[in-house]
Amino acid sequence: MSNEAARLRVKTWICGTVVVLSNVFGNLFLKKGMPAELPTPLSYITVLFQPWVALGVVLLILWLTSRMTLLSWADLSYVLPVTSIGYVLVALAGRLFLAEQIPVKRWAGIALIVAGVSLGTPPRTHKPEAGR
Amino acid sequence: MKWIYIAIIVGATTVGEVMQAAGMRRHGEIHDFRPGAIGRAAAMLSRNAFVVGSVVAMAVSFFAYLGLLTIAELSFAVPVTAVTYVLETILAKYILKEHVNWLRWVGACLVICGVALVSL
Repeated sequence: MSNEAARLRVKTWICGTVVVLSNVFGNLFLKKGMPAELPTPLSYITVLFQPWVALGVVLLILWLTSRMTLLSWADLSYVLPVTSIGYVLVALAGRLFLAEQIPVKRWAGIALIVAGVSLGTPPRTHKPEAGR
Repeated sequence: MKWIYIAIIVGATTVGEVMQAAGMRRHGEIHDFRPGAIGRAAAMLSRNAFVVGSVVAMAVSFFAYLGLLTIAELSFAVPVTAVTYVLETILAKYILKEHVNWLRWVGACLVICGVALVSL
C-alpha cells in the first residue's frame, strides 16, 4: 500500500467515525429533548433552544460538516453504506437510553444491515477536479 | 401525518445529499484543517450553488424530521428515512457517474432489506 493510500485510509476511518458518532448522539439528544407535539410553526424554532435539542443540533451540524469533508475525497456510494451502521447504533441507543421496545423483526433487520455494511470495499477516491 | 413527514424527509434528503456530493466533488479534496484554511473553504463553499442548494434541502428535511420525532420512536424515525438509500445509490451511479460494483450493490440491497425490517 502506498503512503498516499495509507494516509487516505486513516483519514477516511477517522472522519467516518466522527460522521457516525455525531449522527447517533445528535439524533439521540434531539429525541430526548423533543416535546410531545409542536403545535405551531413558531414552536419548530423555539424547540431548538431546549438544552437537549440544542446539543443534538450542534452534533448534527458536526455530522453535516464532517460528512461533507468525507465526501470531498470519498464517493457517495462508499460513504452511504459505511455510515449506514449509524442506523444500527441509533436503534441500540433508543433501546438503551430511551427504553424503546424493539421487536425481533427490527433486530433481524439490524443483522442484515451489519452484513450489508461488512460487504463494503475500500474507498475508490475520485480525482478532485480543483483541489484546494 | 407521519407518512407526510416521511415523504418530505425522503424527498428533501435525497436531493440534498446528491447536491452535497456534487458540490464537494466540484470543490475538491480538503487537505488543510487549520482554522484559517477551514474558514476559507467555508467561504468558497458558501458560493458553491450545489452546496447552498443542499443546505436548503437539508433544512427542509430537518424541520420535517423534528415533526416526525414528536410522534414516532427514534428507532423507527431514523431507519425509516433510509428509504433514501436506494434512490441515492442509483443517483450516485447515473447522475454523479460513480462506479458502483456488484458487491456494493449486494451490500446496499442487504442494508436496505435490513433497514426495512428495522422500521416495520
